[in-house]
Amino acid sequence: MDVINVSHLSKHFNGVHAVNDLSFTVQEADVYGFLGQNGAGKSTTIRMLLTLITPSSGEIELFGMNLRSHRKAILRQVGAVIERPDLYKYLSAYENLLLFAKMSGLRVQRKQLMDQLEMVGLAERATSKVHAYSQGMKQRLGIAIALIHNPQLVILDEPVNGLDPQGIADMRNLIMHLSRHLKKTVVVSSHLLNEMEQIATRMLIIDKGSKVVEGSVAELFDPAKTIVEIDANNTAAAAEKIKQSKWAASLQQVTERALVLQLHKDQLAQLNKDLVQMDIEITGFRPGNSLEKYFLSLTGTNQHVAAFTN
Amino acid sequence: MWQLLQIELFKIFRKPRTYISFGAIAAMVLIVQVALKFDGQSYIEFILGSLKDTLDIPYGTILNGYFVCFVILNLLLIHIPLLIALVAGDEIAGEANMGTLRLLVSKPVSRTELMLAKFTATVIYTGLLLAWMAFLSLALSIALFGTNDLIVARSNAIEIISRSDVMWRYFAAFAYATVALTTVASLAFLLSVFADNSIGPIVSTISIVIVFTILSELQIPLYDRTVKPYLFTSHMLGWKGFFYLKTDAEGISIPRTIENLPAVLKSMSILLAYIVLFTGSAIIIFKRKDILS
Repeated sequence: MDVINVSHLSKHFNGVHAVNDLSFTVQEADVYGFLGQNGAGKSTTIRMLLTLITPSSGEIELFGMNLRSHRKAILRQVGAVIERPDLYKYLSAYENLLLFAKMSGLRVQRKQLMDQLEMVGLAERATSKVHAYSQGMKQRLGIAIALIHNPQLVILDEPVNGLDPQGIADMRNLIMHLSRHLKKTVVVSSHLLNEMEQIATRMLIIDKGSKVVEGSVAELFDPAKTIVEIDANNTAAAAEKIKQSKWAASLQQVTERALVLQLHKDQLAQLNKDLVQMDIEITGFRPGNSLEKYFLSLTGTNQHVAAFTN
Repeated sequence: MWQLLQIELFKIFRKPRTYISFGAIAAMVLIVQVALKFDGQSYIEFILGSLKDTLDIPYGTILNGYFVCFVILNLLLIHIPLLIALVAGDEIAGEANMGTLRLLVSKPVSRTELMLAKFTATVIYTGLLLAWMAFLSLALSIALFGTNDLIVARSNAIEIISRSDVMWRYFAAFAYATVALTTVASLAFLLSVFADNSIGPIVSTISIVIVFTILSELQIPLYDRTVKPYLFTSHMLGWKGFFYLKTDAEGISIPRTIENLPAVLKSMSILLAYIVLFTGSAIIIFKRKDILS
């Protein structure tokens, strides 16, 4: 069943095409990665799914219902964290959760709220004012609010922004838990390719408001396109030795500091072993992110590489 | 809707800034009361002008709780819009600034319901602020100064209202003031829709009230006919009409009457029309607004 069906969606702001003729579908229990550079139109699309922004044209159906005509019924089944989880800072976590649970039409008991806070690890700080919370705690509270009404569809817009490594890992686990154990459909937008590669089952890449490609990660991700960068003390000599080995065809580029090879992901261990046997003094061995390379090849730019690899 | 209203009231009364207004009113009322308690005679001499030289003024009788309340209303009601704008201007812009607006609008409630709940909460806040002011300026003044006939100075005469004829006039005046201040609240509410930071609508509301008040007070015939009748600020002091009595053929005031009730009702109708215009516009604009904050 299609949980989301978007067809020919466009949004123009003062003549600027933020989203342009975008169509995609999200199926039940998908972890749907929504990928694009900053300003590609991810947030605008998500805001249109949540009725924050009115489309200039196109249709959105969620759960088989038209979003415009069944807004309330649809939003009762949707939980979302949109960009930063901004909350009422002068209220406690418990009060924030209670307030948004009521807005979702729930009549909740204290135990239910505390259980929800327990799930995101905030039960002990339930009565603390949110202004004293760290970014990670706010993010967790935002998740608790998004899930309090047990929605079928969870939309997370840039959920790992501003989180420390532990927070990012927690978020990844939570998304996988929602999908695998609770059978929720999750839409995650991000510009962090590594994260998306680890959690998404299907993916949409957009650029300048238009769809570039959509499909399962397995379809999109070609393991043969794995890139590995090798730092060596003498790259010229190392390149000569590689050219005379079975890896010659894999060698793509030689720079002053590194060698770049393209190969199948499964061959990485063998390459490492062979380099040692060839007596090449390696100072660095960095398998590249294949999704990143794929993404950049699709969006046709390298100018934001630093941002994507961070 | 009731649920939403409860939520909005909960948010308003958990915000520290809400209590600035209550504290400011308490401070201002107490300052006036203390001043009149210790030097009320000077103030009465000032407002009576040359009359004090021709009449034997019973200062002790004039300086009573009703009189003190009237003085306070005259001095303070013109400043209360600033305090109202502080909360009303924050209703939408404050949510946008905090980033909570996008969360609110993505919940399964209609934007119209949300706006109506927010506006109703603002009206309740305005009413409570006026009730607080009424308690301090009327009840506390009566406790401190006692009761007697109310003397009201007009530009061309002195109005004496029997003590038994005063209290209902105050209730009517406070009800009118609530409508007048709700007009300011609805203006701030409308301006709040356009901004992503509450400073803008608060300052804009105060600026508009100041400019309109100056226009309302200007004695220029051109403005008297063309502009003044349409400014809401021209009608905000209509509460004073409840303290002007009809007179008989001999010029004696008739108890339990109002000199020009149609004018008071007309002013109130104009204020109500402004409330509908400002609030209706706010709802229509907000319904079409893209939430980008």
